[in-house]
Amino acid sequence: MNDSKSPRNFVAGHVRGMPRSGIRDFFDMVSTREGVISLSIGEPDFVTPWHIREAAIYALEHGATSYTSNLGLLRLRKAIAAYVARSHALTYAPESEVLITVGVSEALDLAIRAVVEPGDEVIYHEPCYVSYSPVIGLAFGKGVAVPTRQADDFRLTRADIEPVITAKSKVLLLNFPTNPTGAVLTREDLTGIAALACEHDLLVITDEVYTELTYDAERLSIAALPGMRERTIYLNGLSKAWAMTGFRMGYACAPPALIEAMMKIHQYSMLCAPILSQEASVAALKNGDADVAEMREAYRQRRHYIHAALNDMGLPCHLPGGAFYAFPYIGGTGMNSRDFSMALLEQENVACVPGTAFGSSGEGYLRCSYATGLEEIKRAMERMARFVRSL
Amino acid sequence: MDQLLKLLKENALETPENLATLLSISVDDVKAQIADYEARGIICGYRAVVNEDELDIEKVRAVIEVRITPERGGGYDRIATRISRFASVDSLFLMSGTYDLLVFVSGRSLQVVAAFVNEQLATIEGVLSTTTHFTLKTYKDQGVLMKIEDDHERLQVSP
Repeated sequence: MNDSKSPRNFVAGHVRGMPRSGIRDFFDMVSTREGVISLSIGEPDFVTPWHIREAAIYALEHGATSYTSNLGLLRLRKAIAAYVARSHALTYAPESEVLITVGVSEALDLAIRAVVEPGDEVIYHEPCYVSYSPVIGLAFGKGVAVPTRQADDFRLTRADIEPVITAKSKVLLLNFPTNPTGAVLTREDLTGIAALACEHDLLVITDEVYTELTYDAERLSIAALPGMRERTIYLNGLSKAWAMTGFRMGYACAPPALIEAMMKIHQYSMLCAPILSQEASVAALKNGDADVAEMREAYRQRRHYIHAALNDMGLPCHLPGGAFYAFPYIGGTGMNSRDFSMALLEQENVACVPGTAFGSSGEGYLRCSYATGLEEIKRAMERMARFVRSL
Repeated sequence: MDQLLKLLKENALETPENLATLLSISVDDVKAQIADYEARGIICGYRAVVNEDELDIEKVRAVIEVRITPERGGGYDRIATRISRFASVDSLFLMSGTYDLLVFVSGRSLQVVAAFVNEQLATIEGVLSTTTHFTLKTYKDQGVLMKIEDDHERLQVSP
């Protein structure tokens, strides 16, 4: 019995213990300032192409306001299956092997919750997207981070993963091209990792939301390698390449048993993804290839610019092979990531996310998003160079 | 279209140094390619896209549909060329359909444009008829929207 008037702490212990995203702290700091040039935005600066927005308006005008099937509109699942087939030569049955989700974030959460039991180990590479570790924790799994290094352009190889495999290892979580490093894997890297997954009977969850934004390398999914389709959950979405972040459109492709398991959680928590976003996505996948190509070209050019500018000012940076992030090393200035980005914000009003927001192995680095107009990038690079000279 | 041309069409003021970085080619290559495009008449000039509605100047624009008699040997070319030489003609196209030429003209006032049509255009031998439409407002010109709705504000920091 509680005699005092104040209620007890209702928040669950494992949520209480979960650290706040480093991004949020930084956001709070940036939002108090005026005139900031932000290179800390993880979404395209482009607005969704008009014909896609127009398709959503048309659907709304025609009364598309209802639920859809739990799996999502069959038309969209067919369009997704066709897209995955032409991108990766991978065939999934739209009726049973494709699930439409609210962003890739939901798809990842479903995948983890559908397969992880308390104590299971999920291996992922770091620096990585901010949600990986918390999502694993919320499923009572144990996250095992494998650091990647600038010397290898932040690639991941079999040799990096092998030492951390234990009897409890169940899932290998991959994200290439990587947010925040822009890393991509070679065919050999992927082949080695695939062999390892087979040898140790691991499930691979591959988050390929940046796959369309691969600039030079072959666009190869691990799911397409021999023997991998059966042990892979392929995740992708329309946020990045089609500039549709606010539509919240993601999807998962996997063998029927895994999709069924994910769908069970999805139907009780989300029911279905919003129908207007699904209608817009049908238009995007049908007629959006040229838009994607055009935006990719713009990112490619900015990538060259930001890569050259960062190296010129003395911040060593590898040429990112994909996504829209440069990940320069700032440790040479003697500052840590957080101090560097705070001082840069303070002195020059340029916002870049400290590498530590993406895991402790991001210490010494900074994430600079080039999903920002070229003119802004130019101004940001000038200010940043002046800041580095002042140190 | 070539990426260099695309970049120049977006911003003709971009420096050769920046163009070289963006395309990861050398500055000399950029300069040589631009010179080549200019020499071949592919780049015909560089100019600003101006929203004249925002300027406090008197200017009237009109689109005129013109029917003409084609001539043996030259077809429509001689008359079309002749019309295109007037300074008040901004653009001129040969069209399929119920008329032959579409002429974009501009002038200081309605009277000036009307005078051009009545006195200069309609009186050319071979011109059978003209239909003039005056422009009321410009929404998009040469691929550029004249007024962008206020940008929806993006979060300053996102994962």
